[in-house]
Amino acid sequence: MSATESVHATGTLAEADRLMTICNSCRYCEGLCAVFPAMEMRRAFPDGDLNYLANLCHGCGACYYDCQFAPPHEFNVNVPRVLAKARADSYAAYTWPRAFAPMFARNGLAISLVAAACVAAFVLAFVGWQDPYVLFGINTGPGAFFKLMPHRAMVALFGAAFVYAIVAMAMEMLIFWRDIGEPMQTLTRSGPLLEAVRDTFRLRYLEGGKMGCFNEDERPTDRRRIYHHLTFYGFLLCFASTSAASLYHYLGREAPYAWYELPVLLGTVGGIGLLIGPAGLLSAKLRRDPDMLDKPRLGMDIAFIAMLFLTSLTGLALLVLRSGPAMGILLAVHLGFVFAFFITMPYGKFVHGLYRFAALIRYAKESRALHDPQVPVVAASAAVTGQGGSRP
Amino acid sequence: MTNEPPPPHSKDKYGCWVEASETSHDVLVVGGGNAALCAAITARRAGASVLVLEGAPKFYRGGNTRHTRNMRCAHDAATETLSGPYSEAEFFDDLLRVTQGHTDEDLARFMISQSKEILNWIPEQGVRFQPSLGGTLSLGRTNSFFLGGGRSMLNALYLTAEKLGVDIRYDSEVTDFDIEDGMFLSATVKNGAGPEFIRAKALIAAAGGFEANIEWLKQYWGPPADNFLIRGTPYNRGTVLKMLIERGVQEIGDPTQCHAVAIDARAPKFDGGIITRLDCVVFGIVVNKKCERFYDEGEDIWPKRYAIWGRLVAAQPDQIAYIIFDARSLTLFMPSCFPPIAAQSIRELAGKLELDPDALEKTVATFNAAVRPGTFDDKILDDCRTEGISPPKSHWARRIETPPLYAYPVRPGITFTYLGTRVNRDARMLMKDGRPAANMFAAGEIMAGNVLGRGYAAGIGMTIGSVFGRIAGREAAKNVRN
Repeated sequence: MSATESVHATGTLAEADRLMTICNSCRYCEGLCAVFPAMEMRRAFPDGDLNYLANLCHGCGACYYDCQFAPPHEFNVNVPRVLAKARADSYAAYTWPRAFAPMFARNGLAISLVAAACVAAFVLAFVGWQDPYVLFGINTGPGAFFKLMPHRAMVALFGAAFVYAIVAMAMEMLIFWRDIGEPMQTLTRSGPLLEAVRDTFRLRYLEGGKMGCFNEDERPTDRRRIYHHLTFYGFLLCFASTSAASLYHYLGREAPYAWYELPVLLGTVGGIGLLIGPAGLLSAKLRRDPDMLDKPRLGMDIAFIAMLFLTSLTGLALLVLRSGPAMGILLAVHLGFVFAFFITMPYGKFVHGLYRFAALIRYAKESRALHDPQVPVVAASAAVTGQGGSRP
Repeated sequence: MTNEPPPPHSKDKYGCWVEASETSHDVLVVGGGNAALCAAITARRAGASVLVLEGAPKFYRGGNTRHTRNMRCAHDAATETLSGPYSEAEFFDDLLRVTQGHTDEDLARFMISQSKEILNWIPEQGVRFQPSLGGTLSLGRTNSFFLGGGRSMLNALYLTAEKLGVDIRYDSEVTDFDIEDGMFLSATVKNGAGPEFIRAKALIAAAGGFEANIEWLKQYWGPPADNFLIRGTPYNRGTVLKMLIERGVQEIGDPTQCHAVAIDARAPKFDGGIITRLDCVVFGIVVNKKCERFYDEGEDIWPKRYAIWGRLVAAQPDQIAYIIFDARSLTLFMPSCFPPIAAQSIRELAGKLELDPDALEKTVATFNAAVRPGTFDDKILDDCRTEGISPPKSHWARRIETPPLYAYPVRPGITFTYLGTRVNRDARMLMKDGRPAANMFAAGEIMAGNVLGRGYAAGIGMTIGSVFGRIAGREAAKNVRN
């Protein structure tokens, strides 16, 4: 509860306010991540700030097992779960266009339906339009894929889906930025931006302040940071592979490429990362302490992990079996997953990366102000009995 | 399990005779906080088999350690997490000042010299230190802060102890000791099936004080103790301390004394911890339920005075008081977990506090009229004071007039007690006749009174626990070998 009673949009945000007020009067967790130092810069917690803190939280779990007031304590302080719930609520609240917000209501189901529809559409289109002889025949050599789907059609379809996703996500980010009340100028400052990039690429706040992360119990044995790195860099490598392939194409070299060529190398390494990473994340998610879990939203997490995994799996299968008769159908299935992934990017767990990155930019700006060397000097005598949160 | 000697028998809850089970270890550690774990880890590393009996359930393990945040160790130079040197001499001076000389100088100097090693030893057990940050910058030179606080520290120590093969049992309150002439033989533990007898070659008592034992507190404080709030867990009942004293161990420290601060009266009876503290006394006035002021709220800087207010409030009718301040002071102190009670007028505030509105208005008006002009500065002993009222307010006295007006109800919050078992440099308990016990050691709050006979300095409880825990573990293991 804050000094001035504030009204919150949801019960989850009201609970987040209660927790942040408790945490702000304790502050023992300030070294664990960015959330608590950001909290300490505030005395009251309006919804925008709570959404900012929720998206800043990486869910490392350290504060839950370190907390002397966690359940079963009557103060019932469960920051990872409450912020996970607030975070998932915020994804729905920032959906652009608004009409798609219900996608987040039962996200696992929604993503599955879209994926199934996309895969079915590609398979049906291939079967419907292609001569079975070509579809199930052996197609090798340059341009083999484009016998099944013309390159131009591929570029037009996937380009449009990708551009749509980028526009929608840009709009969503803008809505988030407005909600947390951060001015646009912050985005023009290179310092905070670079720091946020560094923190994102290192996953600086998924290590419990270097103590390690917690997932199942009070032992810091969690490996999600490694799995997330595999997923994240795997994804980037796959993206780089696609970009390299496009470049090759316009330079007159048509896919498929030999195993030693850049698009295949990048795609293979990335694809393997994108298998191991999501598998590890899924297994960690299923083993997570149920007390920390936002159970109703488990479907969203699993759907996203599954989409990454299946996109990679079908891509790698295509690579291995591309010179056989299964290539046609595999291509259709793979393209179906990629297409579904693109168009659902703004409406699934993918957006966590955007909001967290944006939150990290704001935090980088704020923490610069906090760590200003001109801190107030306290009388030396205070050192004897202690101030603030230092008593037993 | 063994049949030699024949196992003792007792009745279960249905009155049936049951055979008590029996186990045996080299070293038995009773308690589960910082001192207990440091002792267990050290004894185990020295080759002893160790059993830890924690009276609390797993979540509440660790007694007061779970509410701590830092420890005070001497060091000759700045470190990654400490902003400057803190010499043994300075540490001793600080200790002498806060205890007003109520300390065993030899033991205190020894502990302070040992604390230097602890600064390296504790991180080696998996605990991480961090620099002091928000709200505690004044301790950045002297105190090492645990990353994630006391419960994180405990988690790390337990993990290390488990990896080393220390046996740990929760919900295991010791109900009896078999001690013969300063020689520990066995302990009785409550267990689902019946009592269990635990034999060990050495005992380390690290089970804290009796602050959560209201009946015991009442012996010294009378019925007012019913209105005390206990800042730590309900498991600090002093059972072990009492049994040791009854079985001939020499006691130390004033049994009537406890560390008491004024905390939010809305806090739970037990385990409200740090978040119920209030640091705003110096910014307002404090009245009892008769709306009378009773002590100079601005006598000195808050860190030097916060620990007297528990006792002051305990002396008021019904052990309750109200801190009253106005809008200008609201953000000058660390936030706490409960919101202040707010009103637009003193009358309205009195109504919300269920105080006599006329009496409160009169007290505030008298105070306001006595405030002399001055320049308010909360960082120094400023010149804002009252004149012509008793008690006076010597510093930071400002008229209470700018709405909204705020109040926090406060009650005495008990942190720890001073009564303990006397020990020597080896953490070995001394018997009433002055002889050292054969195989009994003590560490932590249960023997803190040897060093800290009065007062408190931030982080010193943890220093006592780690230093003497480590010594007790080492000496107990040595005892077992000999």
